[in-house]
Amino acid sequence: MTETANIHIRGGRLLDPASGTDEELDLFLGEGRVLAIGEAPAGFQAHQVIDASGQVVCPGLIDLGVYLREPGFEHKATIASETRAAARGGITTLVCMPETDPVIDTPATWELIRRRAKACGNARVLAVGALTQRLAGEQLAEMAALKAAGCVAVSNGRHRLANTLVARRAMEYASTFDLPLVLCSEDPHLKANGCVHEGAIATRLGLPGIPSAAETVAVARDLALTEHTGSRSHFHTLSTGRAIEMIAQARRGNRRLSADVAIHQLFLQESDVDGFRAECHVDPPLRTLGDRDRLRQALGEGHIDVICSDHQPHEADAKREPFPATAPGISGLETLLPLTLRLVEEGVLTLPHAIACLTANPAAVLNLPLGRLEPGGSADVCIFDPEAVWEFSAEKMASAGRNTPFDGWEFRGRVTCTLFEGRITYRPET
Amino acid sequence: MSTRIFLQHEAILDLIQGMARLTRQQLEERGFHQPAIIGIHTGGVWVAQELKRQLGIAEPLGELDISFYRDDFTRIGMNPQVKPSRIPFEVEDRHIVLVDDVIQSCRTIRAAMNEIFDFGRPASILLVTLIERSGRELPIQPDVSGLQPPLADEEHIRLEGPDPLELRISGQASARNTP
Amino acid sequence: MKHDLQLNQAGELRHFLTIEGLRRPHLEQILDIAESFAALPGRQVKKVPLLRGRIITNLFFENSTRTRTTFELAAKLLSADVINFNVGVSATSKGETLLDTLRNLEAMHSDMFVVRHSHSGAAHFIARHVNPGVSVINAGDGWHAHPTQAVLDMFTIRKHKGDFTPLRVAIVGDIQHSRVARSQIMALNTLGVTEVRVIAPCTLLPAEARSLGVHVYHDLETGLEEVDVVIMLRLQRERMDGALLPSAHEYFQLYGLTEKRLQRARPDAIVMHPGPINRGVEIASEVADGSRSVILQQVSYGIAVRMAVMSLTLGARAGEQRG
Repeated sequence: MTETANIHIRGGRLLDPASGTDEELDLFLGEGRVLAIGEAPAGFQAHQVIDASGQVVCPGLIDLGVYLREPGFEHKATIASETRAAARGGITTLVCMPETDPVIDTPATWELIRRRAKACGNARVLAVGALTQRLAGEQLAEMAALKAAGCVAVSNGRHRLANTLVARRAMEYASTFDLPLVLCSEDPHLKANGCVHEGAIATRLGLPGIPSAAETVAVARDLALTEHTGSRSHFHTLSTGRAIEMIAQARRGNRRLSADVAIHQLFLQESDVDGFRAECHVDPPLRTLGDRDRLRQALGEGHIDVICSDHQPHEADAKREPFPATAPGISGLETLLPLTLRLVEEGVLTLPHAIACLTANPAAVLNLPLGRLEPGGSADVCIFDPEAVWEFSAEKMASAGRNTPFDGWEFRGRVTCTLFEGRITYRPET
Repeated sequence: MSTRIFLQHEAILDLIQGMARLTRQQLEERGFHQPAIIGIHTGGVWVAQELKRQLGIAEPLGELDISFYRDDFTRIGMNPQVKPSRIPFEVEDRHIVLVDDVIQSCRTIRAAMNEIFDFGRPASILLVTLIERSGRELPIQPDVSGLQPPLADEEHIRLEGPDPLELRISGQASARNTP
Repeated sequence: MKHDLQLNQAGELRHFLTIEGLRRPHLEQILDIAESFAALPGRQVKKVPLLRGRIITNLFFENSTRTRTTFELAAKLLSADVINFNVGVSATSKGETLLDTLRNLEAMHSDMFVVRHSHSGAAHFIARHVNPGVSVINAGDGWHAHPTQAVLDMFTIRKHKGDFTPLRVAIVGDIQHSRVARSQIMALNTLGVTEVRVIAPCTLLPAEARSLGVHVYHDLETGLEEVDVVIMLRLQRERMDGALLPSAHEYFQLYGLTEKRLQRARPDAIVMHPGPINRGVEIASEVADGSRSVILQQVSYGIAVRMAVMSLTLGARAGEQRG
């Protein structure tokens, strides 16, 4: 199959939240682009026809804030392994965090990643550049150069900033270039050596807790600084209901504010770590059932724009330690869509709204011309069978990281084909 | 499982009376003076109490629970009903009358003797049992036994008590390997 | 879906990791068996042959000569052979994982690991990964659990009070960082006491203390009213100054147990402490050495309780093989 292959996706339910399309329409792809929707363009000769009847055809998913582990942590995962996993999960764009080694604080590191991803060809890899040099939290990174090289946002990831003055300067400088800021707001002092939500489970298991205030204090500070600096702030992987309330309120006066939630926060809660389950060790931690419900509600009401996987693949040993010594994070690319579809099943979101949270909304947050199906746009497509019932198995994951708490979960809705720039990057053998 | 009463309280007391006579005779023959009595938990303690009364020994009884000395711990684990062993006298250089209710394989007696030696080195041990049945697995024989009833292999005899004492025989229990 | 790691299919203890999940008969069984072991010191030969030929490995990632010694003595009194393995932090900094350490020691054919580790959940982790025939006893993991200490405290209380049900018990001090307190609270509630109180300033209490089934007091004198048992916890030196407490001096002023304060408790109240005590910090010498203190008895009962736990868990394993 070459890039110029003409593909006719026939008989599917075309769901494109960006344009509001939701009806049975054919899709015609060629030269890596969407050629037409509905009627074939004049002279179109299909090299391949994909029968999508009974299936949903939507834009390829965008996952904001992933860890691909390359360069620096190839023992955990590589760009090759993780872009393959992305394709399997219907994801065509991965926006990776700057916490590689070396960190993405210079165009050179980003260029390395870009080339590697290009060679793999399974998904588009975009980068969030570092906010400060080496993410050390003191000296600003060369953000203008990073933007010029193609970084779509800046962030200090889960690394702390030295103080609020650095935070202020970093926001001001980023807004000079209209670079979105991806904020993982958490007060490092309140977090200290905590590893689970500071609540009943931490109390019972004697695990050092992370209070909700570690998030709310930092979100309050970052909201105040956002208001002061006028930066485009995106709050990444929120975990508390209270923080969401603060953001919802701030959004009334600032439409440029946005927020996302990691999909696992909408299904798991603090009690899931009971029995010292390291697969449920995540950062920020799983909070209370009340928090989970408020996050779900905020998502339904549109106060949270984006759902992400917060993909953090690990080698098996990283989770094979006593709980506090394990590495936090879930390998989430392959469960992002199935879990989101379950939210639809549970009545949290409509299907178009859910797909928007995985496509058009993250594109809008980062100002990307992606996440939509329109003639001339990149032919990034995800096709899934909404009725297919299947059991998720950690053993069969494509990701190099098998660290998932969802092993054995039964899902309804499964990716049947992923196309990236007009090429099929995933199609299960039948 | 069928259970029948083999001997009742009065008959058992009569048996113990006979045992006391034989025990006294043995002690005198061997020149074992001022003996102390130790019963093996649980039935052996009841028999020992009566024997002590009949022998007119004032000194309190020793009670042994041999759970910590069993040779089958690896197979059946810890006995959750274990009671502390109590020997309220010096064992060192004493003549001991060791009493059990039923003797069969003699593994219990082996364990009991080992435990007694951990309290001290006795001058001698005289073994007395209410019931002696076949099925010996160790070279240990009682010096005095009350009765040697003819029992089938699959029959199980058991002393209930303490008030009233009652010997019961039950049907198909396989008691062969119980020490 | 959640199966109890420390019980076998017959519901017997095969590991001893935490009090949580155990029922009253489990605890009473340990206490009853310990009663028999407690009688052994009166004999000429103080050991029994129960675990002859077994190998018990003390795997201590945190230094504690005192606790290790009681486990070692318990194992030896059961005629087991003992290997002491003190793993400093150095082993892990050399790149060896806990699992590597475990596999190495398993190659020595140990039947039991007695584990102490600074991370909560370490004993569970090891129990989950050991070979099937091996038992694990938690000798203290992080702030999580120290179940043998809790059971020996229950043993001491039973010796003095008999029945648990009418008792009011106050635990005073650093609850948040105390694995002993967590296990004691669970044991007391499992044994059905009338009330468990914790008495401490907010900085030394866990976030959801009440969820443990306790009443919370901040004032020592009020909290001691009518209690039958007072358990004082050791205040670690690193908590004394800094953000948790202003000073050892103020702590003693507010939470130190003195004779005068003890008068608030019932006249027959006993005073306990898991040791080692800080005289003049959490407890006055007059109380520690006084007639109501049972602190030294706790130490000697600790050996009998550990013998009971060792023989029960290794015995449960025997039951498993048989069934």
